[in-house]
Amino acid sequence: MRPILMKGHERPLTFLRYNRDGDLLFSCAKDHTPTVWYADNGDRLGTYRGHNGAVWSCDVSRDSARLITGSADQTAKLWDVSTGRELFSFRFDAPARSVEFAIGDALAVITTDNFMDHTPTVQVKRIAEDVEDQTEESALVITGIKGRINRAVWGPLNRTIITAGEDATIRIWDSETGKLLKESDKESGHQKTISSLSKSPDWSHFITGSLDKSAKLWDSRTLTLIKTYVTERPVNAVDISPTHDTVVLGGGQDAMNVTMTDRRAGKFEAKFYHKILQEEIGGVKGHFGPINALAFNPDGRSFSSGGEDGYVRLHHFDSDYFNIKI
Amino acid sequence: MALEISMEGIEARARELGVDLSAVDLDSIDLPADEDFGILSDDEDVLRDDDFPELDAGFSNIIVVDNLPVVPPEKFEKLENVVRKIYSQIGVIKENGLWMPVNPETKKTYGYCFIEYNTPQEAELAREKTHGYKLDKSHIFAVNMFDDFEKYMKVPDTWTPAEIKPYTPGENLLKWLTDDKARDQFVIRAGTYTEVYWNDARKLAPELVFQKQYWTDSFIQWSPLGTYLATVHRQGSQVWGGESGFERLMRFAHAQVKLIDFSPGERYLVTYSSHEPSNPRDTHRVVLNIFDVRTGKVMRDFKGSADEFTTGGHTGVSGVSWPIFRWGGGKDDKYFARLGKNVISVYETDTFSLLDKKSLKIENVVDFSWSPTDPIISLFVPETGGGNQPARVSLVQIPGKEELRQKNLFSVSDCKMYWQNNGEYLAVQVDRYTKTKKSTYTGFELFRIKERDIPIEVLELENKNDKIIAFAWEPKGHRFAVIHGDGPRPDISFYTMRTTSNTSRVTKLTTLKAKQANALFWSPAGRFIVLAGLKGFNGQLEFFNVDELETMATGEHFMATDIMWDPTGRYLATAVTSVHEMENGFQIWSFSGKHLYKVSKDHFYQFMWRPRPPSLLSPEKEEEISKNLKKYSKKYEQEDQDAFNQLSEQERKRRTELQEEWDSWVAKWKQMHEEERAYRMELREGEASDAEEEYEAKEVEVEEVVDVQEEVLAFDLDQE
Repeated sequence: MRPILMKGHERPLTFLRYNRDGDLLFSCAKDHTPTVWYADNGDRLGTYRGHNGAVWSCDVSRDSARLITGSADQTAKLWDVSTGRELFSFRFDAPARSVEFAIGDALAVITTDNFMDHTPTVQVKRIAEDVEDQTEESALVITGIKGRINRAVWGPLNRTIITAGEDATIRIWDSETGKLLKESDKESGHQKTISSLSKSPDWSHFITGSLDKSAKLWDSRTLTLIKTYVTERPVNAVDISPTHDTVVLGGGQDAMNVTMTDRRAGKFEAKFYHKILQEEIGGVKGHFGPINALAFNPDGRSFSSGGEDGYVRLHHFDSDYFNIKI
Repeated sequence: MALEISMEGIEARARELGVDLSAVDLDSIDLPADEDFGILSDDEDVLRDDDFPELDAGFSNIIVVDNLPVVPPEKFEKLENVVRKIYSQIGVIKENGLWMPVNPETKKTYGYCFIEYNTPQEAELAREKTHGYKLDKSHIFAVNMFDDFEKYMKVPDTWTPAEIKPYTPGENLLKWLTDDKARDQFVIRAGTYTEVYWNDARKLAPELVFQKQYWTDSFIQWSPLGTYLATVHRQGSQVWGGESGFERLMRFAHAQVKLIDFSPGERYLVTYSSHEPSNPRDTHRVVLNIFDVRTGKVMRDFKGSADEFTTGGHTGVSGVSWPIFRWGGGKDDKYFARLGKNVISVYETDTFSLLDKKSLKIENVVDFSWSPTDPIISLFVPETGGGNQPARVSLVQIPGKEELRQKNLFSVSDCKMYWQNNGEYLAVQVDRYTKTKKSTYTGFELFRIKERDIPIEVLELENKNDKIIAFAWEPKGHRFAVIHGDGPRPDISFYTMRTTSNTSRVTKLTTLKAKQANALFWSPAGRFIVLAGLKGFNGQLEFFNVDELETMATGEHFMATDIMWDPTGRYLATAVTSVHEMENGFQIWSFSGKHLYKVSKDHFYQFMWRPRPPSLLSPEKEEEISKNLKKYSKKYEQEDQDAFNQLSEQERKRRTELQEEWDSWVAKWKQMHEEERAYRMELREGEASDAEEEYEAKEVEVEEVVDVQEEVLAFDLDQE
């Protein structure tokens, strides 16, 4: 089916997130203004104004009432989803990159970049039910990781925090004590910067994409490597289908090299792989730059991709996709 | 032979030679001052620490000059100066590197001296240049490498008949041709690995035959008939092959070898190296060796300055146009030739010397090429004397050196020669100046070599201004293809040298307009051709059937840099090598343009099909087989089907296994997920569990006050 082109951002996309019901799509870009769209027809619903720097990621609460965003302006902000009002701003001394609510939405994990003299950190904040009670205090701060942390997410039952980033290593931390529990194997793990990480709907496994031109599937509890998907391009974005045995990989050349190659050379294609057989089953072209963000709709019937070109493309799968027999 | 030295051995040897060991006085040998023979004692080593470390500890940079005059001490200095003068012209003699020993009793010299250079290359050069140098009538220098002395000393004085080794049957070097599935092999080089595969088109995947890391230092090359795989190393070249995997068959020592080339019948291997001169003003020194591939013997070596080997037509910036020696006379490897200044030097392999002891003198010759099958040279001489002397192309028969045919050409700017691979035709592409001399146009001179008197036909393109982008003869056929045109989308024309009605005139078959192609790849079996758009065209492929004049298929291997047919013409390989950073790897296509499979490899350097020797079947037999193809193909179709079934069986099994493995993961996760349900509910403060169906859809109307505005409206009360 023809994709729906959503032009609302003026700068490269950085992150895409569906709410739990799959009717809203939140997009983040380097243009300071996170935007919410109707996930079905691509109409723009509204924007969240207040950030003063690129917005790197966002998460929406289970009841779709609150949005949290992390930005290069050294803040993470809480928003009221329906009114677009800024509720609270966590201030940091370095850009905030990855944000995620825990189960129950009472906790959020936020990462900060290495910036000036500051080393990267992973911080856990309590999210108060009433905004009036909200404080900036951190419940936990994890330090000691070298190199930028590109993604930090909660493990099953909020008991662990999983981090991945520039040092190509995936780490699992105890979310209570901040102790390092597990680390991915140097041999079997990624060889270059991990650019993205995305969990399965039940949080039992997750997929990581890396600039080493591969994506890998891991067990969330044991950090066992289950599958590897190899492609020809650096991988910038990954996601797991919530309903089918497919994963999607997106990427392309580094942004700085893009102008030197033509559209096809960059392979700005969202590539679909069979999750179990690790075979490529298809691809969706269209972006004029590398794909930076990918997300499946929770109903598994559509997905959206965000590119360096500033577009969000919303694709509803053809019936062929649901009839794939391998 | 291991040398075991024991005291008894020495005594026995001394008795044999008639030497009384007790009479030997080691102290009587005069050692020069400050000389340690390169053996440093420990403390000296420490003292010398600040010095530049010696890179070459061997004696390969020392020569021994014999037959010097024997002089008394008065004349010692004079002689030393003379010797120094001679030898410092060739290279830099090391400090204290000239040593002329003196007989302690007579105080006269012994008539020899040692000279140590900085590099072995200089020593080698000095040996070559001054061996046989006449100092005066009675003193002709005999120069040897110091290292060679040991070798010469070992030669026994009495002749013993050579030991004849019992015959051991060699390995079957042609084993790969007997593959029961009739597959072809190819070799690839990616990263540090060199790998040989079967191209298994039935399985749609390559099957590994042999793999080795760091197999070669620079590149690999198959011999022209596919028997050997050559690797190139710092010390020389090696060839590999045989029945079981790839065994080393022979080594060819040639230090710093850069390029190699096999003769067409793969009997000889030419190796090339060029060496930096010690004096930066000098030109590079070039060394060429011709080895016999089977025995490993050097048949002939050529040495000289780079200038001597770079004369002639198409010299690049880097110097030599490889191969320097071009082999002629078909598969018998009978002749090889080299272009020199105003000469073509033809050598024969019976004696490895110049044919008739002299080169072929041709003023101003710039290019030549051999017929692929016959000992015929075609050569090109450009215009001279400001156009007074026309350019000419001539055919010369070897060994008679008689001119078979000659054609004078006027206002020629350049000439290229293309032989058809059966040696039946020669096409000469001639670029001529227009009358104004401002631009050029191109025509072809077509020679029919096998016909009486070698008739020549002139062919001009319909549009004379078209540039020729590519030209290619159909292998074993009578047709050729030309890509011509000026714009971004050139045309491609096909011509035939004979039609059924007209056997002596060239006829155009068709012209394909506006194609995205800049290279032509005929199938080795003829009939099919791939029109490829490399470089600027990003790897467009068009598979064209010239018999039917129709396009069979089109394809694209994005950014493809190399295209190679397998030796049978059944499959085509397209590759992106490491000239591009991305997309490295290769793809295999069927002859008809069906994409079969693809392999991605980072740092992909080389792809080469293993060549096959020519078929042993007679042309009649081949004809018969192709007539009864239906009968034969039935059997193979059945095999194909069986292979396919078996494959899908295996594949199904593999997939089931993967699925089962996955299911076990999922089951485990499900169970844990269930176990954790209670905790999750707790975390969500009692909110119902994860599953969607427990939701109850309720219509709830929510009213929200977005904004309240108060405005005072003015009422006109006066109306009443």
